[in-house]
Amino acid sequence: MSNLYNYILTIADNSLILAQRLGELCGHGPSLETDIALTNISLDLLGQTRSYYQYAAKLKGEDKTEDDIAFLRIEREYKNCLLVEQPNTHFGYTIGRQFLFDVYHLMLMEKLQNSPDETLSAIAKKGIKEVSYHKRFSSDWVKRLGDGTEESNQKMQEAINDLWRFTDELFFMTEAEKAMAKEGIGIDVSTFKEKYYKEVSEVLKEATLTVPENKYFTKGGKEGVHSEHMGYILADLQYMQRTYPNMQW
Amino acid sequence: MKIENLNIDSSLVETLSSVSDPEIPVLTVLDLGVIREAIEKDGIIYIKLTPTYSGCPAMDVIGDDLKKAFSEIGKQAKVELVLSPAWSSDWISEEGLQKMEEYGIARPLSESNDIDVLLNSKKLVKCPQCQSTNTHLVSQFGSTACKALFKCDDCLEPFDYFKCLK
Repeated sequence: MSNLYNYILTIADNSLILAQRLGELCGHGPSLETDIALTNISLDLLGQTRSYYQYAAKLKGEDKTEDDIAFLRIEREYKNCLLVEQPNTHFGYTIGRQFLFDVYHLMLMEKLQNSPDETLSAIAKKGIKEVSYHKRFSSDWVKRLGDGTEESNQKMQEAINDLWRFTDELFFMTEAEKAMAKEGIGIDVSTFKEKYYKEVSEVLKEATLTVPENKYFTKGGKEGVHSEHMGYILADLQYMQRTYPNMQW
Repeated sequence: MKIENLNIDSSLVETLSSVSDPEIPVLTVLDLGVIREAIEKDGIIYIKLTPTYSGCPAMDVIGDDLKKAFSEIGKQAKVELVLSPAWSSDWISEEGLQKMEEYGIARPLSESNDIDVLLNSKKLVKCPQCQSTNTHLVSQFGSTACKALFKCDDCLEPFDYFKCLK
C-alpha cells in the first residue's frame, strides 16, 4: 500500500507544483489571453491533483485529507520532478517547461487509463481530454515563438536548451514506480522514452529550433531531492496552513 | 443527454431542475448532463455528480446547491463525485444547447470541426449575436475551462464558444 501511496504522489505532485508555478502568473501573463490560458491549465492540473490526493488520503486513513497531503508535507516528501519546479523566467521558459511536460504527461495518461486500478484509470481517462488540450496549446506556442522573430526564436531556444537537462528524469523510475509497474498497476515509463524524444524533436524541428544534444542530465526531485526553487514554492503554497493551522475558506 | 438512459427517479427531476450551473445560470444540472444518477432510498436521495473538467470550481457549489434544494423540500441528499465515465459535451441536452445559444454562448461543434476552429483553420463557429460564421478564434481558453474565446468579424462582438469534449 505504501508503494501505491508513493506512486500516486509521484504523479500527483508534478501536477500540483506545475499548477502552483502557473498560478503565479495569474494576473501577470504576457497578454490577457495567455494569462487566462495558463491559469486554466493550472486549474485543470489542480483538479487532477485533488482527485489523486483524495485517493491517497483514503489509502493513508488516519483521518488524513487531501489538504494534509497538499499543504503539510516537508520538502523531501514531495516527489515531483525537477522540470515542473523550474521558474517562469520568461514566457519562453513557461512554454518550454509546459511543452516538455505535456508531451510526457499525455503519454503517461494514455498508458495509465488502462491500469487495473479503477481510480487511477478514471483520473487518467478524465485527464487525457484536458492534457491533450494543454499539449496543443504549448506545442502551438513553441512553434509560434520558434518560427517567429529572431528574438523569439533565440529566447525559445534558450529555454529549451536550459530545460533539456531535466527531461531525462521523467523516465527515471523510483522504487515505488518500479514496484507498481511490476504489479501491473503502474506504468513503466521507460517504454515511451524513445517515443517522447521523437515527438518533442519533431515539434522543435517544425519550430525551426535545434534539438539540444547535451548528454548531461540532472535528477533528484522524484526522490525528494529538489532544486533551490522548491523551498520558495512551498513557502508560498503552504503559508496559510502553516500560519493559521486548519483554517478554511 | 437522454434522461431515460440514466437512473434518475422521475420524482426527483423537478428539484434537480431547480439547480443551475453557477457559471452558466441558464443551464440546469440536468441540461448539462452532470447528474449521472439520482435515486431515493430509505428517505435519502443519493446523487452521482460528474465534473465537466477536473478542476471545475463549480462542482463544489453544485454539490452544495443540490443538498440545499433537497433540504428545502425536507429531504436529505448525499452527493458523490464520480469521474468515470468522463463527462462529454455530447451529454448536454438539445434544450440545453438552445438555451446556451440564446444566452450568448456558441454550441460545441463535432470533434473534427472543433479542432479546425481551435486551430483557426476553418470558420465554422456561429456568432450567437448575428448568426454569422465569419468568426475567428481569439483564445483557446476562455472565461472558464470549458469555453474558448471567439470574435465575430461581422458584428464585431466577442463571445464564448463551448468546446467539444469527448
